[in-house]
Amino acid sequence: MIELVGVNKHFGLHHVLKDINLDVPSGQKLVIIGPSGSGKSTLIRCINMLEKPSSGTVTVDGIEVTAHRAPIAKVRQQVAMVFQSFNLYPHKTVLENVTLAPIVVSGVSREEATESGLRYLERVGLSEKADKYPAQLSGGQQQRVAIARALNMHPKIMLFDEPTSALDPEMIQEVLEVIIGLAQSGITMLVVTHEMGFAKEAADRVIFMDDGMILEDGTPEHFFENPQNDRTKLFLSKILR
Amino acid sequence: MTELLERIGFLQQGPFSVPRWEALFASMDLLWDGALVTLLVASLGLALALALGTIIGVMSASQWKIPRALARAYVEFYQNTPLLIQVFMIFNAIPILFTGMFIPVITIGILGVGMYHGAYIAEVVRAGIQSIGRGQLEAAISQGFGYIGAMRYIIIPQAMRVVLPPLTNQAVSLIKNTSVLAVIAGGDLMYAGDAFAGRYGHYGPTYIVVGLLYFVMCFPLARLARRLESRSKVA
Ligand SMILES: Nc1ncnc2c1ncn2[C@@H]1O[C@H](COP(=O)(O)OP(=O)(O)O)[C@@H](O)[C@H]1O
Ligand SMILES: [Mg+2]
Repeated sequence: MIELVGVNKHFGLHHVLKDINLDVPSGQKLVIIGPSGSGKSTLIRCINMLEKPSSGTVTVDGIEVTAHRAPIAKVRQQVAMVFQSFNLYPHKTVLENVTLAPIVVSGVSREEATESGLRYLERVGLSEKADKYPAQLSGGQQQRVAIARALNMHPKIMLFDEPTSALDPEMIQEVLEVIIGLAQSGITMLVVTHEMGFAKEAADRVIFMDDGMILEDGTPEHFFENPQNDRTKLFLSKILR
Repeated sequence: MTELLERIGFLQQGPFSVPRWEALFASMDLLWDGALVTLLVASLGLALALALGTIIGVMSASQWKIPRALARAYVEFYQNTPLLIQVFMIFNAIPILFTGMFIPVITIGILGVGMYHGAYIAEVVRAGIQSIGRGQLEAAISQGFGYIGAMRYIIIPQAMRVVLPPLTNQAVSLIKNTSVLAVIAGGDLMYAGDAFAGRYGHYGPTYIVVGLLYFVMCFPLARLARRLESRSKVA
């Protein structure tokens, strides 16, 4: 479903991704763990080309998005992203947030987009907030709306970039539960997170990144119980203290 | 007594004397016509300035080098040369460049203030776009919006709040700047006043009334700008 081959990313002199090779089969729930600044965000942002790799190829659902004149906008409709800071559209109501792109970008009819949008809002437990504005919601509610907005594109792939890192502790669980619920579906998911409990529960694969490289790659059991790399062990010892 | 007479002497003679006022009030139709032309030039000029300013502002906030360079060149050129010279050039150069091409003076006025204030509005629009957090554009792009679509549906509606007060100020100075048309016999309020006053030297009363008419057109907009400004600060 997603294939990165020899991907490098430089920001000026800063070498942020170092020869990344990664193959994510359809339906996989991949959790990406690693210290801050290790290149996790950059990695998943290369998949929907919010960042353009300096070299290497990225292929998404059979389309090489790094190719010249690739149909990136088309691919982006299949690859939904949930951001750490929600990035809801503050001038639109919750329902409009969820229906805007399906209507304007994908050309779905308003009725259809509204119907499915309300269904997804229901699924994240917020259908009664449909007419509110983002600023009227708590952080946890906003992130759940952002997830509904992503779902209403009917994506094949969902990218989560630390979806709970900006939340007050008491709101983390409500968002994680929604994401865990999604993990039951056939959708391909890549989740950058520091929530180890989530990784254990929902992931079927965990990769550990440090300094722009993938240092550990395996099942959650492997990762938590039998990590091979010294830096992984160090990281885990700090975080699981 | 003589002192009093001397004091009110200005009513009998000099630039503000009563006969001059009477002459002006008998010819107010000229000024009304001029004011209508000014309003016409100002409103169409503003429409042009808004259209140009939005397009050029969006270009100069973009990531693409060539549109950005073009936008910069436009803005720098129009902001750093006097409007008077720009209008004079449109008036005199176009018939030479395109032989025989005739442009009505009113159109020249609309083009003149429209392009000039388009440059200023472009800067206002650019600043407004840049005041919106990067995450908004990224969210839109990640959903498949193109740059223009993201601007139209997501960035510009939010930037509106920031941009409205300075835009209203631009409208005020655009109205005043339509008075450059007077130098090319534009038929606008300034020209009508000038032409009438010049004939008999009735400058005093005429300039007072013309100034007042500009004030009446501009003041409500200036008030509106202030109101919008305080509102956008509260929100
Ligand atoms: N747009 C950018 N310009 C310059 N440097 C960047 C940019 N984005 C990220 N970086 C740098 O790249 C490195 C990796 O960043 P990131 O992928 O965000 O790490 P992570 O998500 O793992 O915390 C960091 O050192 C960061 O400062
Ligand atoms: Mg990050």
